[in-house]
Amino acid sequence: MSAAQPLIGRSVERKEDYRFLTGTGQYTDDITLPRQSYACFLRSPHAHARIRSIATAAAGAAPGVLAVFTGKDLTGIGGLPCGWLIKSIDGSPMKEPKHPVLAEDKVRHVGDPLALVIAESVAQAKAAAALIEIDYELQPAVVDTATAARAGTAVHDIAPDNVCYTWAIGDKAAVEAAFARADHVTRLSIVNNRLIPNAIEPRAANAAYSRADDSYTLYVTSQNPHVERLLMTAFVLGLPEHKVRVIAPDVGGGFGSKIYLYAEETALVWAARRVGRPIKWTAERSESFQTDAHGRDHVSTAELALDRNGKFLALRVHTTANLGAYLSTFASCIPTILYATLLAGQYATPAIYCEVQAVFTNTTPVDAYRGAGRPEATYLLERTVELAAREMRIDPPELRRRNFIRHFPYASPVGLSYDTGDYEATLNRVLDIADVKGFPARKAASAQRGLLRGIGYSCYIEACGIAPSNIAGALGARAGLFEAGEIRVHPTGKVTVFTGSHSHGQGHETTFAQVVADRLGLALEDVDVQHGDTGKVLFGMGTYGSRSLAVGGTAIIKAVDKIIAKGKKIAAHLLEASDADVEFAQGEFRVAGTDRKKAFAEIALAAYVPHNYPLDKLEPGLNENAFYDPSNFTFPAGSYVCEVEVDPDTGAVRIARFTASDDFGNVVNPMIVEGQVHGGLAQGIGQALLEGCLYSDDGQLLTGSYTDYAMPRAADLPAFHVETVRGTPCTHNPLGVKGCGEAGAIGSPPAVINAILDALAARGVTSLDMPATPYRVWQAIQAAGR
Amino acid sequence: MSQISYHRPTALAEAARLAMSDPDARILAGGQSILPSMRLGLLAPTALIDLGAIAELQGVRSDGRTLTIGAVTTHAAVAASKDVMTQIPALAQLALGIGDAQVRNRGTIGGSIANSDPAADYPAAVLGLNATVRTSARSIPADGCFTGLFATALKPGELIAAIEFPLVARAAYAKFRQPASRFALVGVFVAQTGGSVRVAVTGAGPCAFRCKALEEALARSFTPQACDAVRIGPDGLNSDIHGSAEYRAHLIPVLARRAVQQLLA
Repeated sequence: MSAAQPLIGRSVERKEDYRFLTGTGQYTDDITLPRQSYACFLRSPHAHARIRSIATAAAGAAPGVLAVFTGKDLTGIGGLPCGWLIKSIDGSPMKEPKHPVLAEDKVRHVGDPLALVIAESVAQAKAAAALIEIDYELQPAVVDTATAARAGTAVHDIAPDNVCYTWAIGDKAAVEAAFARADHVTRLSIVNNRLIPNAIEPRAANAAYSRADDSYTLYVTSQNPHVERLLMTAFVLGLPEHKVRVIAPDVGGGFGSKIYLYAEETALVWAARRVGRPIKWTAERSESFQTDAHGRDHVSTAELALDRNGKFLALRVHTTANLGAYLSTFASCIPTILYATLLAGQYATPAIYCEVQAVFTNTTPVDAYRGAGRPEATYLLERTVELAAREMRIDPPELRRRNFIRHFPYASPVGLSYDTGDYEATLNRVLDIADVKGFPARKAASAQRGLLRGIGYSCYIEACGIAPSNIAGALGARAGLFEAGEIRVHPTGKVTVFTGSHSHGQGHETTFAQVVADRLGLALEDVDVQHGDTGKVLFGMGTYGSRSLAVGGTAIIKAVDKIIAKGKKIAAHLLEASDADVEFAQGEFRVAGTDRKKAFAEIALAAYVPHNYPLDKLEPGLNENAFYDPSNFTFPAGSYVCEVEVDPDTGAVRIARFTASDDFGNVVNPMIVEGQVHGGLAQGIGQALLEGCLYSDDGQLLTGSYTDYAMPRAADLPAFHVETVRGTPCTHNPLGVKGCGEAGAIGSPPAVINAILDALAARGVTSLDMPATPYRVWQAIQAAGR
Repeated sequence: MSQISYHRPTALAEAARLAMSDPDARILAGGQSILPSMRLGLLAPTALIDLGAIAELQGVRSDGRTLTIGAVTTHAAVAASKDVMTQIPALAQLALGIGDAQVRNRGTIGGSIANSDPAADYPAAVLGLNATVRTSARSIPADGCFTGLFATALKPGELIAAIEFPLVARAAYAKFRQPASRFALVGVFVAQTGGSVRVAVTGAGPCAFRCKALEEALARSFTPQACDAVRIGPDGLNSDIHGSAEYRAHLIPVLARRAVQQLLA
């Protein structure tokens, strides 16, 4: 590979794929330690019950059992913490009930862990768990999002009305004034369906304690091992942080669900010292359904005020967000900071007010899931805009165009400052490549086959790389939002990159190597990327919110710049020039305007074999760290067009065409970016058409397996037409990158539902909730026909 | 941990004797329903009697009037059988549409029929094609085979040996899948021989059943349009999160129409 040919912008094949495609990846469950023991968690079959007693003697005496622990054994440790303090409108802090590692007085959702059984084998642990006898006093379950606040039963005593907080953003008075002078108001009730993450690798952990040096090692399916370690040691177990090493090896998908500190790995670390054996636990799929933090679950009303020309005057939103039974690690900031701040979308709506009531229920905790608040905002806004267009008889793309933000930077009325964007460009491009002009002919052809064809649009904005730390801190964040990186140049000039970001499908090992190799003028194979181990990587905040390249990549660039700066000094010494005269390009340090030069590898060697070296001024070695705290979010945006065919006889929806035009700023590896968009679209379309978590009135999970929870499959999806426009580079990071991991999941659901509603408009259907299953679409057609 | 005995007899009579001697033993014909149920703790048999080594239960035979399929012939083998493909193509197509490749390579026709899952495909074919279920003890006519939810006319210890499908003029199967499991939410099997029409429905009720109203309408006029006028009531039909009884009732004539369209194409 020629160093002269830039690596950035090229679809180089993924370095990690050899091991993934040949089955040589190392996932947590692949790791078996000497003297391994195995854990089983006994979980509540009830949604809400007081625990009168737990009898564990029979389980403790069962074959192969090493230990049985219950909540009583763990009373000396803390609860699982929540990382963001949200304050209610009246200034009071959110209700923060204890989230015990093992249930103490009560169980609060089906799957809530009650006891940890450790045995010589999984089968023995499971058999023993079945012998534990629990005397429950059943309580009525609180399940429904919309009515939880008046359920009459409290999930937690400290929140008698089940309200965690009632939070608001925006200028209420300005919004009310705008509504008073509006020519048209569009109103919509909208539900954002609860989703279950379903990473292909279930959660797993393997915890070991070494008496030799009083240290712990935890292998765990985590998107952010340093955060996991910090929360677990400092807030729950009270262990010395430096004595705990957390390793997140290969991780098979996260989508947010592996950000959080969960009860299981915490209990395993606690128990590992007491049992004196390493303990492994891997979730069974039914446990994943019951205990991986769920996503979404909003019930909202939206009102959009417009003038007679279709200019947006104001938006008013009320949302009830279901947090589930406990506050998961970042639960509180998802339906607030990451949701309501996105309600401006791509539009220059002058006034926006949003109130959010967050409620506890007897359901699995809800937290960030691919998009995390931003899909909920985009779905609400883009459904409302499309409905407004229909009501005012304005072409939906035209209505959007009339309201686009055109001047940057743009300060939105809900607290964000967009640095750059060109929404007209992505919209124009998508209308062109989706062949919107040809839609009427395609609709007529579908009608010939008895099918109703519809077209739907969505213009989304995303805020990636949540930042900066000081502002987030003022808004309640209890963590920093920077990223760390390290460049270790070896004596031969080969490079190992350490990043605090974590890859569980994103392709960091390739993308980050492309960036570093390009900067240093090296071949791709001379750069290796390491991540996911607190014993190797200095620090990290991990991977979430499409932040890895924009934040983690920038930290790496900063470290690379330090390497180059030091290299120039070494080169100046060797070339007998002044530091200021040395330039670095394409892997060579050169005295400006001369042919006197030193290759990067020669400088590296000089740094580690400092025989001819400015030891009086410079330390030997070539190794640099950097931390980067971004000054702002990045703002990717795009326009999606979906065409569907609805079979009115069965209600079945087929996605006939899906076209995406995205502006991610600069792109490092177009193939990886396209793959991220494909995956995001599949998840968004899954939400729109198939996926919906349902509980019975008594809190039983009705969609607790793949028999009833419908995941999208290849056959459910069209061949996507995905294009990344020559975008508007981010103005505040050196790569000009914005993030692409969540865009597809954010932008696609409203495009799909808008298309179905367009198809069904002739049948009188005006409203439809996700997932638009055949049964639900058929019901909507029947209801409209009556 | 529960102990379980495992038997692998090589003759049907021996299997029947084993089954008779232990009422809590279960038959392992392909294991695609029993093994998941055991894993979930819903079923804890004392013994499994594996029929996989009984040669007489394997394979497809044709005598020109009847297609006989051994009870432990896998769905994949039925789907790939030249005899089935040429003589009752609708049956091969049905077999190819069951589950996924793994299920089709393990699951068997006899297992499916004996289980009488409300959403299983084969029972619709047995009823629609007026097959005969030959057992270790007797022959059961199709119309007497399926008696309820996971219930058949099979007596304790009675094992299916083969299913005998009479060759009919034309047949087709139309299935509408439950979105998550991809089982039949409703499946309709239509077969026509001379002036006689049989319409069998699976997925909609506690077990597969014949739909007389559609049979009569199609006997009068064997056209897709004939199905449109038929209204099926929801009484007694299944209702769950994937579809109400009304929805299933609505789908029956819709799918019958599609089967007739396929059959006439």
